[in-house]
Amino acid sequence: MGKIELRGISKTFKNTVALKDVNLTFEENKIYGLLGRNGAGKSTMINIITNCCFADVGKVLIDGETAVENDNALSKVYCMSEKKLYPYYMKIKDIFKWSKNFYKDFDMEYALNLSKDFELNINKKVIEVSTGQSSLYKLIIALSVNTPYLIFDEPVLGLDANNRDLFYKKLLEKYIKKPCTMIISTHLIEEVSNIVEDIIIIKDGIIIENKSTEELLNSGYTATGSYEKIDKFANGKNIIGEDKIGSMKSVYILGKPEKVPDGIEITKLDLQKLFIKLTNS
Amino acid sequence: MNIRDDIDKPIFVQIAEGIEEAILSKTFAEESQIPSITEFSVMYKINPATALKGINILVDNGIIYKKRGIGMFVCQGAVHKLKEKRKNQFFDNFISNMVSEAKKIGITKEDIINMIKKEYDNGKN
Repeated sequence: MGKIELRGISKTFKNTVALKDVNLTFEENKIYGLLGRNGAGKSTMINIITNCCFADVGKVLIDGETAVENDNALSKVYCMSEKKLYPYYMKIKDIFKWSKNFYKDFDMEYALNLSKDFELNINKKVIEVSTGQSSLYKLIIALSVNTPYLIFDEPVLGLDANNRDLFYKKLLEKYIKKPCTMIISTHLIEEVSNIVEDIIIIKDGIIIENKSTEELLNSGYTATGSYEKIDKFANGKNIIGEDKIGSMKSVYILGKPEKVPDGIEITKLDLQKLFIKLTNS
Repeated sequence: MNIRDDIDKPIFVQIAEGIEEAILSKTFAEESQIPSITEFSVMYKINPATALKGINILVDNGIIYKKRGIGMFVCQGAVHKLKEKRKNQFFDNFISNMVSEAKKIGITKEDIINMIKKEYDNGKN
């Protein structure tokens, strides 16, 4: 079965540890959310998978083959990021043609249809397009290349609400029609929380969570009530954070709620809040 | 039908309940085809596995059936089944909540009964 495996990956830039002994497996035909704060190591990880930089230690295996300087393995992965990969004078439609040369399964007809759906003028040159449009043509390529692995590094950068909405829909459409493994690295957690199946949270170069979205959300709960009641209730429990407003207090607790006394309201954790609590230093 | 992130119900349960509601209101009539997993997934921007999980609840309960290669359909008798289920839940979902709220804010038993009578006779339903 196809998968991308990261085995004992470490990477240091001068004095900064970017990744520390990362072991991960991205399984076939699943959508992953890769979350982490700025500088947590997400992009370094993606760069190592796509052979854009080398790990100090460890290896990346794509369908069992090493990714380092291996065209066959790398042709199975397409990475969309804000990086500017194309010459500024090139027209978008020519970039599409170019992509077809590199990726044999690139679906030109689909790319042209998507361009219409996103109202993207493909006769424009790289230098002439806005930030949002730049993201758009790269997303269109990603959705059309038909590689077994797709990586999105901040896919919706600069996209307006309409185009973000359309992008998520097109992504799901593509995924259902032609399943592939997708890794979405983003800061817009709430927007992808219902789309991704598994969530990986990275903090200071270390994987701190790697679970299904459902499991992660069920890993804890929020308890709200008066100071006194909450302090008594939360005593001895695994608290990951708290918020106060007036005489009311909310605590975020890992585990399952049992015997909830009167006057305390139990609600679920939301992903964004959980993320903030888990990644605050 | 709406998918909300701000309530405690998991998304797959919301999908199942949304379809139940549409069947009860005859939006999806018995023996008629309902939207596909793809359509639910894209429309509500949810992972297809989540949509499938929701629909499978209805398949297991005999509300929806699948025709291989064609699609999914509302079972004959689904409306009756759902009404029976809702009747069983009526006490828990409405009566007990209403009574505890009434007690909390000081509405008497007689007041509640009068209100119900008034609404039942004059209500638009």
